[in-house]
Amino acid sequence: MTISLRGLTKVFPGGVRALDSLDLEIGEGEFFALLGPSGCGKTTLLRSIAGLETPTSGAVAIGGADVTALPPGRRDVAMVFQDYALFPHMDVTANIAYPLRIKKVPRARREAAAAEVAGRLSLAELLGRRPGQLSGGQQQRVALARAIACRPKVFLFDEPLSNLDARLRLEARTFLKRLQDELGVTTVFVTHDQGEALALAHRIAVMDAGRITQVGAPSEIFHRPATPFVASFIGSTPMNLLPGRVVVGASGPALHVAGAVLPAPPGLPDGEEVVYGIRPEYTDLSAAPREDAFPGTVAVLENLGTSTLVTLESAREGGDGLVQVVVPEGQEPPVGGAAWAVPRPERALVYRGDRLVGPRGGPA
Amino acid sequence: MNAVRHALGRIAAAAFLALAAAFFALPMLWLASAPFDASPSITVSVPEFTLANFRAILDNPYALGSIGNSVIQAGGAAAIVVVLASLAAYALSRVRVPGRDALLYVLLLLSSVVTGTAAMVPIFELATRLGLVDTHLGVVLVVSGGLLPAAIFILKDFMDATPTSYEESARVFGASPLQILRHIVVPVVRPGLATIAVWAVASVWGGFLMQYILLRDPAKSPSAVILYTLYTEGGQPNLDLISTFSLLYSLPVVAMYLFVSGRYGFRLHGGLKQ
Repeated sequence: MTISLRGLTKVFPGGVRALDSLDLEIGEGEFFALLGPSGCGKTTLLRSIAGLETPTSGAVAIGGADVTALPPGRRDVAMVFQDYALFPHMDVTANIAYPLRIKKVPRARREAAAAEVAGRLSLAELLGRRPGQLSGGQQQRVALARAIACRPKVFLFDEPLSNLDARLRLEARTFLKRLQDELGVTTVFVTHDQGEALALAHRIAVMDAGRITQVGAPSEIFHRPATPFVASFIGSTPMNLLPGRVVVGASGPALHVAGAVLPAPPGLPDGEEVVYGIRPEYTDLSAAPREDAFPGTVAVLENLGTSTLVTLESAREGGDGLVQVVVPEGQEPPVGGAAWAVPRPERALVYRGDRLVGPRGGPA
Repeated sequence: MNAVRHALGRIAAAAFLALAAAFFALPMLWLASAPFDASPSITVSVPEFTLANFRAILDNPYALGSIGNSVIQAGGAAAIVVVLASLAAYALSRVRVPGRDALLYVLLLLSSVVTGTAAMVPIFELATRLGLVDTHLGVVLVVSGGLLPAAIFILKDFMDATPTSYEESARVFGASPLQILRHIVVPVVRPGLATIAVWAVASVWGGFLMQYILLRDPAKSPSAVILYTLYTEGGQPNLDLISTFSLLYSLPVVAMYLFVSGRYGFRLHGGLKQ
């Protein structure tokens, strides 16, 4: 089922504008992530699709039918809450069968259905237990099973992995992706974890202050973030975002950024202020001075396992003076020594104001 | 030296605890022995065994009936308090009302005035005009009014501790508000409801003043009021009857505690909450 949001606005009593005339189309069978920092409106958006929030204005359509005025129970969606919301006084069977109990399915049939779904999620051994007797991962699977048991048109997951510990989260992520693939049901999930969004989703909407900043496939969001905000939000190590200036010289325009002279995208006037973005992973370290590199002193080394994050402190005045570089293991520079961070020009992003203007003249 | 001091300290502590235990145990012992004594006094002694006191209390025309009256009044008040307090507490916990906490505190403050002696005259006046004097309903309504604020206060805590995601989850699955209340909220806060019910029954069971004022007819009076009428012709407290009746009067409350504790998992250890 497709989901379509038109001009969705939600203003809470007290004047907080959680959603600001937001438009979004989610395709049939898509695994869709709403990503953003806390307070960006992503949970409000999910709850508006579920019907738990009534939008101030705008419309929500599921499968082409306007459901804006329908109560949550008649939208044919299933939601998995961040705390799973398993009913503590019911055993696993009763929890999974609860949606069917509301639909007045006879007890024997709904218990059979619960057992069947539980079997698929490896919960068959746990049917008689109460939620309090389950581990976090098991609770999460029960919550998923309960959502699956009511065979909805749409799944809504609110931070589905955030209550699991780090190790389990990776397993659950793989499990969730495979499950969604098998079921083929349109799924929207909310997360503040960019890694989770990149790993799971077919498409991601990055949200900020009640608006969608960028919608796209994970690789597109990662490689061509539309604004410096998205650029700083996506990626496991934060992107270097450095202030720079266009200087048009005898050999054409160039960018002067933190002590480096770099190729400029075409069409920028002389003296224009820009923001130069380069991921630490797309920056190399040089021990010898170069013109197209940011000079600095090695200040901090952070071991990332198979690589090391190097933080260079720029000696130059102006700018915040920090540039980060990821180097392969075994190639760490000595702390306190001079080094030059060389950006790979084909990976560089140039922002003018809040818009991507380079390297190839604007966002794809 | 230190060991001696330590031992002396322990002896003193044990002696103090024994004294304190005796202080609380003696009335219980009296309650268990005096009804079976042919000539009970206000001291505890080995009884001269007899069941005559029980025969005598059964001959009292109001004694057994008064226990029935207590059951009606305490049960009625508990039912009203549990139903109304849980609805009010649920609403107060879930709906944002401006000045909600102030409202709760004012209610709690007023409740001590309503059941207290201060409002006795207006309550009697009101009950007279409404024709509620000398009725079970009158007693039930007045004592319920006194218990409700504290009950709402306590139950709101239980409701607040129940995550709203339970209800939202049920709503998304299509449950109606009444189904949510029946399937989710009531079972989850059941220890709280049991606490309130037991507390309401116990307070009404032991209540005297309002019942004494509002009821004229001894045939409608509860046990606490009848206990007060057990005097000899000479105007002395009739200890034979008082001790026997006290025992009969306390048994239903003990039975209720055992029943609720066994059935609903009403647990007092670890504070009020579960």
